[in-house]
Amino acid sequence: MATYSTNEFKSGLKIMLDGDPYAIVENEFVKPGKGQAFNRVKVRNLKTGRTIERTFKSGDTAEGADVVDVELQYLYNDGEHWHFMDQQSYEQLTADAAAVGDAAKWLKEEAICQVTLWNGVPLSVAPPNFVIMTIIETDPGLRGDTSGGGGKPATLETGAVVRVPLFVQSGEVIKVDTRTGEYVSRVKE
Amino acid sequence: MESSSWRPTAELATLRLRAGLLARVRAFFTARGVLEVETPALSAAAITDPHLASFAVRYTGPGPRHGQPLYLHTSPEFPMKRLLAAGSGCIYQIARVFRDGEAGRRHNPEFTLLEWYRVGFDHHQLMDEVAELVTELLAERLALAEPERFSYRELFQHHLNLDPHRASTAELAACAEKHSVPIPPEMPADDADPWLDLLLTHWIEPRLESGRLTFVYDYPATQAALARLRPGDPPVGERFELYVGGVELANGFHELGDATEQRHRFELENAARQARGLPLMPVDEDLLAALAAGLPACAGVALGFDRLVMLAAGKASLAEVMAFPVGRA
Repeated sequence: MATYSTNEFKSGLKIMLDGDPYAIVENEFVKPGKGQAFNRVKVRNLKTGRTIERTFKSGDTAEGADVVDVELQYLYNDGEHWHFMDQQSYEQLTADAAAVGDAAKWLKEEAICQVTLWNGVPLSVAPPNFVIMTIIETDPGLRGDTSGGGGKPATLETGAVVRVPLFVQSGEVIKVDTRTGEYVSRVKE
Repeated sequence: MESSSWRPTAELATLRLRAGLLARVRAFFTARGVLEVETPALSAAAITDPHLASFAVRYTGPGPRHGQPLYLHTSPEFPMKRLLAAGSGCIYQIARVFRDGEAGRRHNPEFTLLEWYRVGFDHHQLMDEVAELVTELLAERLALAEPERFSYRELFQHHLNLDPHRASTAELAACAEKHSVPIPPEMPADDADPWLDLLLTHWIEPRLESGRLTFVYDYPATQAALARLRPGDPPVGERFELYVGGVELANGFHELGDATEQRHRFELENAARQARGLPLMPVDEDLLAALAAGLPACAGVALGFDRLVMLAAGKASLAEVMAFPVGRA
């Protein structure tokens, strides 16, 4: 993998620190008029999501991290691993629970996900921004309520629980924004 | 490139403010009988300071210097001192200067320095004048409290409970760790200055009072290559810096006039360059000859004009006060 000089630092650049892959979030050049120049960076650990601060002497280098984002189709879960497929090469990749994390509850077979690979191995999985799912269980709502003001919990086919308006019933299909975990609308089949 | 990249990054109102400030700077010095001068931006010699990188260009001729590398000045200090030695009296210059390897929110590889020299002043008298000018130019924007002055030692004692002239690199590292200042890889074990710079930029500067001029003076001798040394325990360089709200605005010296000592310091800096694998810089023999001929006792200061405009305009970055920063140059 390439090494990067601090002169090449910019937000989004992926570098290795202490054996973990990080993405640069912010890069600030600081230098006293007559003294040592530094690059102060905020970096996000791509494994844990934690953001930390680091400083480099300007001109020093960091090793690049082999991290790429790819679109993969989710196939199935075997009880331990989540299996994905590259739709161009038909290559299959497996992701563990640490990589899938909270995305697990939004994964429905055939969904196209953005998967971040580190050295070819899934590091994190982002579900589609919107998913269409069937409600398998929710309390019967009150007739006549169309505003969704109060709402009630509904369990979806993947096990995810979202708040839905009172008029939405079991067996209906809804659209959910996975970034906020919020109900968007009913979907006519 | 997006289609708006031809546009200036600064608002036109800011550029009008900038022009107004330039006019007021000139009026300030005219009223005090300080002469405006211009000196070359291209020079056969260059600064040896390992922390400053000069752009080099090649002059193809005709005439003197043909086929030679010439360096874009990082400040007009050396030729201005030659003018002082030639009897110019007090002088100032508004110069576009160039520094390779510097870009960021408060840096651009070319920027405007206001540099001036006052014959017969020491660094404390010059601090008074800097305070008058800056207060006058910022008064409309900022209600400034009375300027404060700390020695470099007092500053570190106040903020970090540390004597910067005595602390070992191990103590400086422990201090950084204690204050959660991230320590860069490969910091030297035998040179305190990068550690002091780390603590200054990461811990102290962000904690300097806004709405107030903070002068810091009497620097470690190793951080004042062009300043007079004042004997003491330890000897200190008669250098000062001005900060306003954590922004480094100006750097001044009670100027060294000893040609032999100055040559020695240039050689030390070139040795430091060699040790770091940096190119050696041709020493300015004309400056050394001028010092040998006799530099009048004086103090000089260089003030970052773009940063001053930034403060006067209430902006947070140089791009907001320059028409075209390097990305659009």
